[in-house]
Amino acid sequence: MPGMQKVIEAKDIVTSFGETVIHDRLSLFVNKGEIYGILGESGAGKTLLLKEMIMLLKPTAGEMWVLGHKLSEIGYQDAQMLRRQWGVLFQFGALFTSLTVAENIALQLKEYTHIDPRMCDEIVKTKISMVGLPARAGALYPSELSGGMIKRAALARALAMDPKLLFLDEPTSGLDPIGARNFDALILELRELLGVTVVMITHDLDSIYSIVDRFSVLADKHVVAEGTLENVLQSDHPFVEKFFKNEYAKKRLEKRVEADVQ
Amino acid sequence: MSGLGIIFFMNHTYLHLETHADQTVIHAVGEWTLYNEPVIEKALAKIQPGQKIIWDFSDIESFDSAGVLLFMRYYEKFKTQCDVKITGYSEEQERMYRLLLKHRIKEAIPERSEGFFYRMGKSVYAGYQVFLQFLDFTGHILVSFLRYFVQPRNFRYKEITYHIERSGASAMLIIALTSFLVGMVISYQSAVELAKFGADIFIVDLAGISITRELAPLITAIVVAGRSGSAYTAQIGAMKITEEISAMRTMGFDPFYFLILPRTIALMIALPLLIFFADIVGIMGSMFAASLELNISYGQFIDRLQEVLSVKHFWIGIIKGPFFAMLIAMIGCFRGLLVTDDTESIGYQTTASVVNSIFFVIACDALFSVILTEWGI
Repeated sequence: MPGMQKVIEAKDIVTSFGETVIHDRLSLFVNKGEIYGILGESGAGKTLLLKEMIMLLKPTAGEMWVLGHKLSEIGYQDAQMLRRQWGVLFQFGALFTSLTVAENIALQLKEYTHIDPRMCDEIVKTKISMVGLPARAGALYPSELSGGMIKRAALARALAMDPKLLFLDEPTSGLDPIGARNFDALILELRELLGVTVVMITHDLDSIYSIVDRFSVLADKHVVAEGTLENVLQSDHPFVEKFFKNEYAKKRLEKRVEADVQ
Repeated sequence: MSGLGIIFFMNHTYLHLETHADQTVIHAVGEWTLYNEPVIEKALAKIQPGQKIIWDFSDIESFDSAGVLLFMRYYEKFKTQCDVKITGYSEEQERMYRLLLKHRIKEAIPERSEGFFYRMGKSVYAGYQVFLQFLDFTGHILVSFLRYFVQPRNFRYKEITYHIERSGASAMLIIALTSFLVGMVISYQSAVELAKFGADIFIVDLAGISITRELAPLITAIVVAGRSGSAYTAQIGAMKITEEISAMRTMGFDPFYFLILPRTIALMIALPLLIFFADIVGIMGSMFAASLELNISYGQFIDRLQEVLSVKHFWIGIIKGPFFAMLIAMIGCFRGLLVTDDTESIGYQTTASVVNSIFFVIACDALFSVILTEWGI
């Protein structure tokens, strides 16, 4: 869509470790309010790209812009402010094991705002419920949670500050199919209601078919296909062929189209 | 102004208040977000509802969940006191309100406070459990040990030599350093006292016996406990967190065979050798100090050492090695297996491993002293 605001822009990103080149002049952008998917073979550097967006890793060369900040030149204060405006859901949750779920969610609220304990508690409870966890889960430690509950709790933590930007690293991996679809619906709902921009690494065909607006396919150190599902499907890159043009993927797509018609 | 019926008008960053005779109009303005919530809350708390409240949201810039929750709280409060009418909200804000209302749970998050006696009882019971587990562990290690010899082809030479290198050979530098210094200190401290009695040459007896029999084994064991015991705990603990131990078990690899026995046996071989090494370096240290302080030449020192140091002292020191090694390796591995899947536990167990093994090494040394004195050796 023309005139849309770019929330993230990666320009000619190069990432290499010694001789190994992971990204070779890779570029992409994410519009405001979009659910953007990053897809690719394992080893294509999806997680590395995400890490470069959230300032955990510096690209070897190239420029990354996030919410109007040029990450290579950002100062400490700006970086701290930027970090408050996003939420990150790590692949395995990365909840702090020494804190309960409720404490995990309340951490940033207590550190960065002056809200009273009652309001903090209310926000925490709302977030817990929003991600589909029962209130009693708030008192549990991460080691007492199942894999799916960890994902949910980690999402609740990522949402604690009402972020403008949400980064999700394989949000539906490790969830049962029903849980995964609920998770998708939840992400969609959050985008609708909070206007959050979502960047997600995913392998989940159903997520790509149902909630992702635009996505890029990473292979051979580049973005080999980019755009809406229709755009990507026009590509004849071997990975796109393999991933989308097999019987299983086609059937899934037909089903989605049927569901849309109904 | 009175013609319009406005009695009072208040401007606030986030709240414009019009108090009329029959109604109060609240204009929400600006950013009703998390960071501003405490300020808005204070302003809202001051409002005295009259007969009717009209709450207008048409001038609000942004509204996040903290803002909406705050609105909900006061909306409900005002509703019990008077009529409240909400106007000017957008469709988006209404959807957000409905979402948060749906997820607003009355149920409290249970507290996890534990009383003093509860905690005390819990830690005593936990200690008892650890003791039982250690008995189980000792039994297990003994059985595996015996099975090693029944089926010597199970003997894991590669791992054992690897651990001898890691825990033994690589520890030589630090052990040389510590035992040289300890030998030197012993000589220096006693030199002054001995010189008073003109008993200079007895420094050789004193240093020789105390180093070989007590100091070298103890120093070596403490260094190894800090160096290798903690490493064993951390390694095995990390393997437990990443479920490598579970994976080994499912493949039929007994962790006792593959992880614990090789480490224990390696340390039992390495520690006596290290003690021997520490003996030599420690005596060199005291020789060095003796020549500096008392002008006893190296030749004199060695001649005297040959005369007075009976070989039994040396052997007693060496014999302690395997016992100390077994304690250190067993405690290290046992603590590693106790690691649960949270990050704090690995640090706790590593500390406990070092503290326990140093304590048990010293206790074991005391036991040696008592028994050997009773036997008159």
